[in-house]
Amino acid sequence: MKLVTDNLTFKPEKEYFLNKVSLEFEAGKLYTLLGRTLSGKTSLLKTIAGLQPIDTGNIIFEGKDFSTIPVWKRNVAMVYQQFINYPHLNVFDNIAFPLKQRKMKTSDIENEVSVAIHKVGLLGFEKRKIQELSGGQQQRVALARSLVKKAKILLLDEPLVNLDYKLREDLRNEFKNIFTSDLSANSILLYASTDPLEAMQLNGDIIVLDEGEILQSGTAKDVFENPTNIKVSEITNDPAMNILKGSIDSNKIILNENVQFKIPKHVKNIQAGTYHFGIRASDMILDDKGFDFNIDISEISGSETFLHLHQNELNIVLLIEEVKNFNENDKVKINFNLDKLYVFDGKGDLLFSPFKMN
Amino acid sequence: MRTFYLTLKYLIITLWSLFVIAPFLWALSTSFKDFNSVTGGATYIPWLQFEPSLEGWKVLVRSPAKGGVDIIEPYFNSIFVTCTASLISIILGTLAAYALSRFKFKAGFIKNNDITFFFISQRIMPPIVLSIPFFLMLGFLGLLDNLFGLILVYIVLLMPIAVWIMVDFFNKVPQEIDETALIDGCNPYQAFFKVVVPNSIPGLIVAGLFCIIFGWIDFFFAFILTFTEVQLLPVKIVALNSSVTPWWSLSASALVSVAPLIVVAFIVERYLSKGNLSGALK
Repeated sequence: MKLVTDNLTFKPEKEYFLNKVSLEFEAGKLYTLLGRTLSGKTSLLKTIAGLQPIDTGNIIFEGKDFSTIPVWKRNVAMVYQQFINYPHLNVFDNIAFPLKQRKMKTSDIENEVSVAIHKVGLLGFEKRKIQELSGGQQQRVALARSLVKKAKILLLDEPLVNLDYKLREDLRNEFKNIFTSDLSANSILLYASTDPLEAMQLNGDIIVLDEGEILQSGTAKDVFENPTNIKVSEITNDPAMNILKGSIDSNKIILNENVQFKIPKHVKNIQAGTYHFGIRASDMILDDKGFDFNIDISEISGSETFLHLHQNELNIVLLIEEVKNFNENDKVKINFNLDKLYVFDGKGDLLFSPFKMN
Repeated sequence: MRTFYLTLKYLIITLWSLFVIAPFLWALSTSFKDFNSVTGGATYIPWLQFEPSLEGWKVLVRSPAKGGVDIIEPYFNSIFVTCTASLISIILGTLAAYALSRFKFKAGFIKNNDITFFFISQRIMPPIVLSIPFFLMLGFLGLLDNLFGLILVYIVLLMPIAVWIMVDFFNKVPQEIDETALIDGCNPYQAFFKVVVPNSIPGLIVAGLFCIIFGWIDFFFAFILTFTEVQLLPVKIVALNSSVTPWWSLSASALVSVAPLIVVAFIVERYLSKGNLSGALK
């Protein structure tokens, strides 16, 4: 079973919602659509569900043209970012709604719904009204309603983004277990997210979208290790990768008059010229023998400390894996872990990665 | 200090209640008076201050041949016309409002907002402007002095109210709810009737209430478009007036005519405060 989108394009006004999106989804796999807001994630999900028109392109599911089938006959399930349920029905009737719509037998409906309620942890809430539930519980109802259909395509549009931090972490693990246990060989799961950490944790294939266009697709590891260009590196890293403009001249990498270093081993046969160098915030260290930088801002986040530094025009963000107090405008010495250096060309495409490139 | 505010609050509520209820009590008292009690100075309490009489009420049910004004038939005419016109207006108006809220229409420079405005614009003109066209049109259709002609006219007057209220209401119902219904296997009509309508009950009630009130109190069109065959309550009440103003029967008919609205208000009041949509979106 395969879902194929072929050259989907949708441009209602000036901007592309979808721009030549061609993808192949296989059953039994989890795909994460990663991109910023308005990057086309929701558009793609809605197009697959049949809720949004397209200008050109085809959607083919199980060898058949999907685009002529109306939404209500497609057997897809979708969970929205907002907690969308039927406010006039109680929890049980909300979850039973799609089954009643299929004219299933009452006893079967009761069985299916109670299984789903058990799975999402809403036991004892069957008779509650939706308005009496917390946000997390409302989203559980929406998830149960999408699971109970046993749809072949399950679309999740940032389902956790409106929840508070702790709940989001808990639910993400729980959701992941539900997906993996339920994700038998015959359903395709698409999960839209703006959060690169979430995408990495879900550990499925990642599709990076920007302005309706696919920038990169591959396994989470692959996208993390080898972002094909600067834009992908920005979308798939939080904190964003430091992108530093510099040049290469006589076997040296020159970021400015003070910060210069040898070319690392994995960067081979590179010609002199201007390049963009990428280094993750966690791939630099405080080092007494390092380069001098001024502290602009120091923020403590959980068990980590972020330092925003500058030296002349060179701005970088450094991540320290401990809680430490720094005074703003103080000086620190830092060094780069050059084995983790990325090199992008003038247009922003990846030239060298510290990881083995395919 | 708290006691002071509480006292002040209840004082204001009491004064306001008196202000609202007093005319009704006064009308009720007057309806049991006769000529002598009305003209004999201000009196309020029956038996103590004046001898109650049922004359004011009897006139309303007595046949014209015996000197009364039979309001029973006009009363049911009014109920029939108001209810039918309101119901049709709500059904048509709700469907139109849903379409205007959910689908994009474009014909040249005319877009959704212009269509909505077209509906509302029907109420901008003073009724007198509409009277002659309506008269001619109903005459052409042979529907003058006819209940169905009146219903037709009232639909024109009431539907804009329904459209106006419901467009606003549907715009506040998240579109994702309809989409979810489609995904869950409803076709667009099922999505509308099974999901959108049940969640729009507060809006429907408000719209229905407005339609009923505006339909019920209309005097102008009922007066112009009917003659002898059919009559509506407001017209008949005015017909009560004669050389000697019969305050007792006018009071009685005023109470009778306002009664259905009070009953409707009591029935729908609890649905209005429900706030059914809270929690649909967060």
